[in-house]
Amino acid sequence: MVQTFFSIAVDAFAFGMVLFVITIGMSMTMGLMRVVNLAHGAFAMIGGYVASYAIQALDFGYATALLIAICTTIVVAIPIERLLYRRIYRAPELTQVLMTIGITFCIIGIANYIAGPTLKIIPLPEFLRGPVDLGFRSIAAYKLSAIAIGGGVAIALWFLIERTAFGVYIRATVDNAAMAGSLGVNAKLIYAASFAIAVGLAALGGIVGAQMMPIEPYYALRYMVMFLVVVSIGGAGSIRGALVACLLLGAIDTTGRFFVPEYGEFFSYLAVVVLVSLFPNGLLARAA
Amino acid sequence: MTALLQVEKLRKSFGGLAVTQDVSITMAAGERVALIGPNGAGKTTFVDLVTGHLRPDSGRLLLCGVDVTKLSPTERVKLRLGRSFQVTRLFLSMTAREHLGLSVMQRCGTAGRMYGHYQDNSQVTEEIDQLLGLLGLNLVADQKVAEIAYGQQRLLEIALALALKPKVLLLDEPAAGVPQNDTQRISAALAALPSDLAVMMIDHDMDLVFRFATRVVVLAAGAIIFDGSPAEVTKDQRVREAYLGSYAHDHNGS
Amino acid sequence: MFKPFIGSAAAGGTKWFLRDVFGIGVILSFACVGFVLFPNNLSLLTRIVGIALLVLSLDLITGHCGVATLGQSAVFGAGAYLAGIAAVRWGINDPLLMIAFGAIGGAIVAALSGVIILRGHGLTQLVLSIAIAQMLQQIANKASAYTGGSDGLAGIDPLPIFGLFVINLWGRATYALAIVLVVLVFIFLRILTRSPFGMLCRGIKDDPVRARAMGASVRGTLLKAYVISGAVAGMGGALTAISTQVVGLDSLSFQLSAQSLVMLVLGGAGTLYGALIGAVSFVLFEDFVSAANPFHWLTIVGALLVAVVLFAPKGLYGEAVALADRMKRDRL
Repeated sequence: MVQTFFSIAVDAFAFGMVLFVITIGMSMTMGLMRVVNLAHGAFAMIGGYVASYAIQALDFGYATALLIAICTTIVVAIPIERLLYRRIYRAPELTQVLMTIGITFCIIGIANYIAGPTLKIIPLPEFLRGPVDLGFRSIAAYKLSAIAIGGGVAIALWFLIERTAFGVYIRATVDNAAMAGSLGVNAKLIYAASFAIAVGLAALGGIVGAQMMPIEPYYALRYMVMFLVVVSIGGAGSIRGALVACLLLGAIDTTGRFFVPEYGEFFSYLAVVVLVSLFPNGLLARAA
Repeated sequence: MTALLQVEKLRKSFGGLAVTQDVSITMAAGERVALIGPNGAGKTTFVDLVTGHLRPDSGRLLLCGVDVTKLSPTERVKLRLGRSFQVTRLFLSMTAREHLGLSVMQRCGTAGRMYGHYQDNSQVTEEIDQLLGLLGLNLVADQKVAEIAYGQQRLLEIALALALKPKVLLLDEPAAGVPQNDTQRISAALAALPSDLAVMMIDHDMDLVFRFATRVVVLAAGAIIFDGSPAEVTKDQRVREAYLGSYAHDHNGS
Repeated sequence: MFKPFIGSAAAGGTKWFLRDVFGIGVILSFACVGFVLFPNNLSLLTRIVGIALLVLSLDLITGHCGVATLGQSAVFGAGAYLAGIAAVRWGINDPLLMIAFGAIGGAIVAALSGVIILRGHGLTQLVLSIAIAQMLQQIANKASAYTGGSDGLAGIDPLPIFGLFVINLWGRATYALAIVLVVLVFIFLRILTRSPFGMLCRGIKDDPVRARAMGASVRGTLLKAYVISGAVAGMGGALTAISTQVVGLDSLSFQLSAQSLVMLVLGGAGTLYGALIGAVSFVLFEDFVSAANPFHWLTIVGALLVAVVLFAPKGLYGEAVALADRMKRDRL
């Protein structure tokens, strides 16, 4: 009984942390640029594709491939931000939804054209394969690393936003872009940099979570709803809220899949409806 | 004269800050009350409390003798409490005529009809024309609200409040942001309001206030510091202090 | 929330009546053209009509009322399944009754889900709509005794319409039924959107605070509109069930919801005509292109969506109307 609990807990924790790394960027763009970016999952997918290619076709090591993938995804995202996203920062939500769905569709189509419809594997490095013995039980090494990476990202982001000058600029621009602008803060640069960070994190999450969420062209659409839900419940722009929401959803999803797999995602969606209805503004939303 | 609006010891705090402190006001039919006060005095908060957009911490509100303290804004509207907004909130995609028509039909209870056209009923169209004429909006009646001048939008706000045939009308800065030429129009409209209506107006335009009001209430830091005739208000020491601070003592004279 | 996509505003007077009679005439003539051009492919055209009803229902709730939803397939599928279940499990095979069941199914699901969905705004509303549609799809998957589960509900065998017009592979009777249905629904929706109720909906979309200040019940009005849109979509679902004689889980899918939104935006929201144009052009185009490669199709749809958002936010019909208005004004 206790075994089962720990099993689920660890899986849920790992899944939740991966979700966090992927979606914190989406939460940030929503909080900062007020953009509902449904294409966020597509960037995670791009990261996964590049990493897979780098390791399998170009024979790079895991860490190098990770870096290459993140950089490539950012490089791909920058022109998209300049040409498309910048036009919808002030637009009504539905416009943003439509535009970003359109971008998602395009990316899926292109991904399939370039890489084909099959799953892409991202082979783990030696030290991440196999289990790690924690004493009372053992867990898969990659799950442990996912948890560690998630925690690291949370701390790093917190530090960035609360303790650095860049973080001050971000917070100023969120509160009042015009005012910040008149104080010498270049809003466009802040937006571009934040978008780059968000997308980079998405790519990281996509790669780290590839075992749990396999990379294939429909990845962006398949998990879009889950990402949306997390950001909706966690509240835009709140690191704490995002963490709680991701862990919560990770727990619900894993528990559901373990105990009632025949009911598929019914209970997950039911939980979503309940949570979103109870917390329409997010669990721990930052006061606007 | 029966009191149409009775506010009894209304209190409201946000956190530790008291924005409305034991405010009591009574308004009778036909009264023209101006509510003035320095910025931050809590005037709009007061209006929000009266209309139901904010819940008071304590106190009572009576509309024509009915206790409305617990009622929602929509219910208070149905009991004939009208309000115009400080920041224009209008249906921008409709024409002024359509907008008024909808308000009139809402009052008559026919806004939910799923067939026909709002201009089918001659009573409705007459009322619309009347209101348009009263506020001088005839020329722009068939333009989209988004395209008419700001001053005329403010007039439409007043017309909409009147369309609900209120017994008590609260006007929140009707002349705010309106160019000088158009304030004449607003002044004229205010003068032509039904005589049995109790009207309370918030505004900073003192010309407008003194032309309109038969009674002035001054709110400062959430409390009423003066309630009397327009002639007396400029001489009152507490009012001068509220507006002028320490300068009130340096300059004497009316 | 939907301002850039509004088509022409309502105009009073009797001009609209003539305009709409003309419009219906155009619809009917297109129907005849379709009959003549694709005599062997009437089932495709009927499918288009079913989807058109879905997009019309979306136009009512999103285009006119401003309620954001990516879960409209829930009411479409509910109508399809109820009609199918009525035919296969309860022996109700009369096509007109089946359509009625479709409307009822859609309306009931709309009433129940509307209560939940309308509690949210913007993103929250969107997420709730998606979640509810997905839940319904899961239920349909599990309740295979009724719905046939992932295999779908097959064996729908409709009786002849009025006992006279046999429904067969040629699909002529079904096509006629479809055209009559969509014209009637279109007329109904036109009357509805011109009415005070329709004006109130548009007002709520513009500014719900002002609507409340007027004394209107925002939640109540939107719920009524939502139920009506559910009934319309449900009829579309039932029509599809009659025509294809099978109901599958894809009628409750997220893809269908997303595609219907794309069709609405493509044609132009808030105008009803735009909904029809969007549905027809999209499905015809899809049939044409996606046979080749489904992923190319997805890329094209994505690019189209981006293009419409950036360059033609009022959609095909809306932009055409705006252009005509501009030309008229320039000439005066």
